[in-house]
Parts: sequence; structure tokens; C-alpha cells
Amino acid sequence: MSRAGPLLPMSVQIKLSTTLRDCVPGYVPETGLFIDLAEGEATLTAGELAQRIGLPLEEIKIVMINSRQNDLASPVRNGDRVAYFPAVGGG
Amino acid sequence: MFRFLRVNMATKSCVFEDIPEEYTGLGGRALTSTIVAREVNPICTPLGPHNKLVFAPGLLGATNSPNSNRISVGCKSPLTEGIKESNSGGQPGGHLAKLGILAIIVEDMATEGEWWQLEISKDSARLVPSTVAGLNNFDAVNKLVEQYGKECSYVTIGRAGEFKLTAASIAFTDRELRPQRHAGRGGVGAVMGSKGLKAIIINPEGGKNHPLVDEEAFKAASKRFAKALTSHPITGKGLAEYGTAVLVNILHEAGGLPTRNFTCGQFEHHEAVSGEMMNKVTKERGGEGAVAHGCMSGCIIRCSGIFPDEKGKFKSKWPEYETLWCFGPHSNIDDLDLICTFDHMCDDFGVDTIDVGVAIGVAMAGGGIPLGDGKAVMEAMQGISDGTPLGRIIGCGTATTGRVFGVRRVPCVKGQSLPAYDPRAVKGVGVTYATTPMGADHTAGYSVTANILSCGGKIDPLKKEGQIELSRNLQIATASVDSVGLCLFTAFAILDIPDALAAIVDMLNAKFGWKLTGDDVVTLGQRILSTEIDFNRRAGITEAADHLPDFFTDEPVPPHNTTFDFTPEELQTTFNWIKK
Repeated sequence: MSRAGPLLPMSVQIKLSTTLRDCVPGYVPETGLFIDLAEGEATLTAGELAQRIGLPLEEIKIVMINSRQNDLASPVRNGDRVAYFPAVGGG
Repeated sequence: MFRFLRVNMATKSCVFEDIPEEYTGLGGRALTSTIVAREVNPICTPLGPHNKLVFAPGLLGATNSPNSNRISVGCKSPLTEGIKESNSGGQPGGHLAKLGILAIIVEDMATEGEWWQLEISKDSARLVPSTVAGLNNFDAVNKLVEQYGKECSYVTIGRAGEFKLTAASIAFTDRELRPQRHAGRGGVGAVMGSKGLKAIIINPEGGKNHPLVDEEAFKAASKRFAKALTSHPITGKGLAEYGTAVLVNILHEAGGLPTRNFTCGQFEHHEAVSGEMMNKVTKERGGEGAVAHGCMSGCIIRCSGIFPDEKGKFKSKWPEYETLWCFGPHSNIDDLDLICTFDHMCDDFGVDTIDVGVAIGVAMAGGGIPLGDGKAVMEAMQGISDGTPLGRIIGCGTATTGRVFGVRRVPCVKGQSLPAYDPRAVKGVGVTYATTPMGADHTAGYSVTANILSCGGKIDPLKKEGQIELSRNLQIATASVDSVGLCLFTAFAILDIPDALAAIVDMLNAKFGWKLTGDDVVTLGQRILSTEIDFNRRAGITEAADHLPDFFTDEPVPPHNTTFDFTPEELQTTFNWIKK
């Protein structure tokens, strides 16, 4: 299930950038999205989590878990903060 | 038909010269740096008569190549005391190229207190007493447009340049005749001010592009390059929609968004000053605001946006990521409207948003301005135009401000302030800050690409492995891109799409009848860097200056709690082709 609210030990906080926000109706930029993972879901990958909330995987270029660079195959655990980005650049 | 225009501010002579053979094949940064290295005594006083100010469009200027009308400004910098190339968009680069003027070389100085403006058209160039002395950029350009018309483009300095403040910039008008594209870094505006040159008016009428040796081949290559730019998600869509400000949220997430003068890598109010917010507010307010706005003819990336006020009236261009950062998180301010006002003040008074914005946060660290106090910042900023003591201090940039307020953490290399990426959390760009001959400058070798953006490969931003090689290769490639006249943002496509570089090489060959290969582009980049480093050595700036301030090596920065841990010996391997 997903909800807006503080990060609980049994949930994952998800942050989305730019166009990925349009894929999740009602997304609140300031807080992000919280997904409570059921027990036994310890092997969920960042890609599987993205699919669960309706993100098109082909649009995801960058995955950060707890502010570290990762990828769609990286495992996600309760208590993590996961951020997805499409291709972005500037400077 | 290609020529130099040599302007002597003391004698007022303006002479078109044939291009000496040794400059054949050079444009943009390659040309400004080569001219400065040959003609300027490296130990001269930057704001004295022996310095020269050089303007040069790139090799592909005024062609139908996309994004190729940038202009390079070169001199000895009063900020770094080393060689400087500062790069800008806007219309003048394309206009000069159209007139066949490959470089303007401004020499000597007018009598102190006199202000002149340089009129350039197809067959003539002359200095006349300036009609806009004492005005800031927007008023000056408005008045010049009344006098010279809307078909010209304009190069001006604001009052900061007249005061010769060492963070003063040079403004270039965009397609709507707004002076808001700037050669910002290194105090080039102070050099223009020291010469007594207030403005340059460029009338492109009657100018003809350099004939293309192989028109069909050029057209085909240009089409391929355009395709690479439009098909890459960053240059094709992302930059137009969100501007460079898109980086606020990703650098926050990566822990590399320097906050409150580099004491933390994340800013709790990042969302309020993000590219997403700027896009949303611009669309909601509508009116004169614009998403997807190009700053120069031929731009298909269109990153420069227009930010409207609450009534929909023009407020500023979209501030760049670096501007949002230094007046925002770095200064503990989260008010987007206020930051846009500061951005506009910088454009109007003619100062570098980075060196001045970083100075604001440094002044806060030293107690000179209350932390996060927008009203106090507004007064300090106004002081730049009014010439108050605080305004002059801030207008001289971060190093001066840090010294005046006794600050321990002064984020500068070679006197120039660090931009918006903490080098402890984005180590690749830290290597560039430390080693580039320009003083701390992200654009000199933008390692943020592979460190954060997964562009041109992936390298762990918190580790040392691969960073020196990455910075080296990017510094070489950037020097070449700056010489061709291309917007640096084309590099996103060049890094990911192999045909983009091939298309650039093909365009150069088709225009000039050359037989360059991709390797020659690397050789050119190395040659430019070697020339610049050699100038710095002769100016007394040795390898010992290639390091970051020690708080970056002493103090771990949250959230990753890493330090910048390269040794000076490691950093000195960056330019490994230069014999010691």
C-alpha cells in the first residue's frame, strides 16, 4: 500500500523527479511517497518497486538508494529512501 | 574575408588585420587563449594598459549548425591573476562571425574617467564617446537600441564593470535584446571597464557567412548533429522543460548540494528552489514567462526560460542551477522569487552570479550579513550598483569577501569561487576545480556527468577511482567544444551518441576543407590547455596552486561524511601529457 506520511521503520520512502512525478497521481514533492513493504519482501528490487507504483522502467535513468548511486537491480529494504530520475542534466 | 579587429583604447585606432598564419584553424577559446598567451605579458597588472581583452566567436559561428554561436572572452583575469576564457551565449557571437571578424583585440586604456563605445559594422569600426556611461546593463541597452536599432546586438558592462569590481561580468544581448547572457567568470567585466570601453554595438547587416567548401556535406553533417541533440533526452527535452535548475533536487538527493557555506550536502527546502518548482510557477503565472527559450539564434536546446512575476510580467531569465544554489541553499534562502530578483540584479549590475552569490553565503558565515536574511541580501546587492563599501566587497567576489570578514571556509581555488557541487560528494568535479587553469570552474571539466547523471558512463562520486582520468578527458574535450563555438550542453549528446562528435568533425571539414579526425579534436584540446597552463606558469601560478582549500580535506561533509582525499601528487597527474 502507499500513503503520504512520515517514514516508518516498515516503509520505503520514494522520491521522484521531473516527468516521473506525472506517472503517480497525487504525488507530493515535499514528502514523496511511502510504500509499506510486507514481511518477506526483503528481496524486492528497485525496479520491481518502481513497477509497483506505475513508473515506466525505460524512463528511469538514475536510481539512488539512501543517497548512493544504485540501479534497478539493487535490493530495497524497509527504512530505505529510494529516488528515481529520468535522464537529467544541466550545469 | 576573415580578419581580426584591433582596437586601441589610447589612440582610438580601430584596424582590420589579416589573420597571421599561426592563428589558422583557431576559433573561440583556442583563439582567445593563444592570442592572450602570445600578446599579453603574464606578469602584467590585469587592470592596467598591458592586459588585452579578446572576443572570439567559434569556428562554426554563423553557420546553420545548431547551438554554435557562443562567444569566448579572454584576458588575464583580475580575479585569478591567471589566464581566463569566459564563455557566453547571446547574439553577438553569431553576429561577429557573420561579419567575418574572428577576433576583436582590445588594447591599452582610455584616459581614466572617459567612457567609449565601439561601433562595428560590415566595413567599419570606430570608437565614439559612450552615450550610456553610468547606466546599468538594462537601461544602457534600452538606450542603445533607441540609438542603433533592433537589428544590432550589444555587448555591455554595468556599473560593477565601471567600478572594476573583480567579479564584474560582460553582458551579451539575447534574441529579445535583453542583456542577460554573460561572460560571468573571472572578472572580465572589470578588464573591459579598465579599458574605458562601456559598450560594443554590432550591426550584422550585409555580413556574409564564410563560404562552405562543401555545402552539401555540411548540410548533411549539421542534420546529423541536430538529430543527436534532439534525440538525447537531456538536450532534446529535459533542459528545455526544467532549465539547468533540474539539478537542485538530484544534487540534494546525492548529498552534493552545498548548504550554508559548505557545511552540509543537503538543503531541507530544496524543493522550493528546484527546476520542477520553477517550471510549475512559470506555467501557472503565464504572461511573459516562458518555458523552453533559446538564448541565441540556432539554439535547439532552449534551456534559458523566462521567469514571470506574480502578475505575469518579466522578472528575470530562469536563473541557472548555480545561481539558485548560491543565493538559495548556500545562503539559507528558500524564496524562489527573491532568488530571481537577485539573478536579475546580477545581470543588470553586471556581476558573476556565482562569485557574488557565493560571497553572500561567505559574508553570512563571517557575520557580515545575517544568515538567510533576504532583505539584508537585497540591500547588500543594491550596494553593488550604488558603490557602497559592502557592495564593492561582495562585487569583488568570494575570495575578497572571505578575507574581509575573516572566514575560515572560503571556497575558492586560484581566487575564483567553487560552483554548486560539493567536491567531497562529487569528487570528479573536485579534481576539475583543483586543476583547471581557470580557477574553480565546473564547466572546465564537468565530471558531474559520470559521477551523478549516468551520462558518458558511471563513476562512483564518493570514490577516487577513475576521477582524474575523467576530469582530464572532459577538460580536453571541453577546450575543443569551447573553440568550435558550441554550447557546452551539446556535450551531453556528444558523450552518449558517438555520431555527434563525428558530425562536428564533418562540419568543420566541410566548412574549411580540412581533413580532421576525432583524434585531432583531442590534440587541439590538449594544445589549448598546455597554452593556458604555460601562461599561468609564466604568471607565477605553479602546480602548488592546484589544490582545494584545506577545510575540504579536513572536514567530512554530511550526509556521506566524506572528505576530498586526493593528494597534491595525485592531482598533478591530471595533465599527464605536459612535460615538467
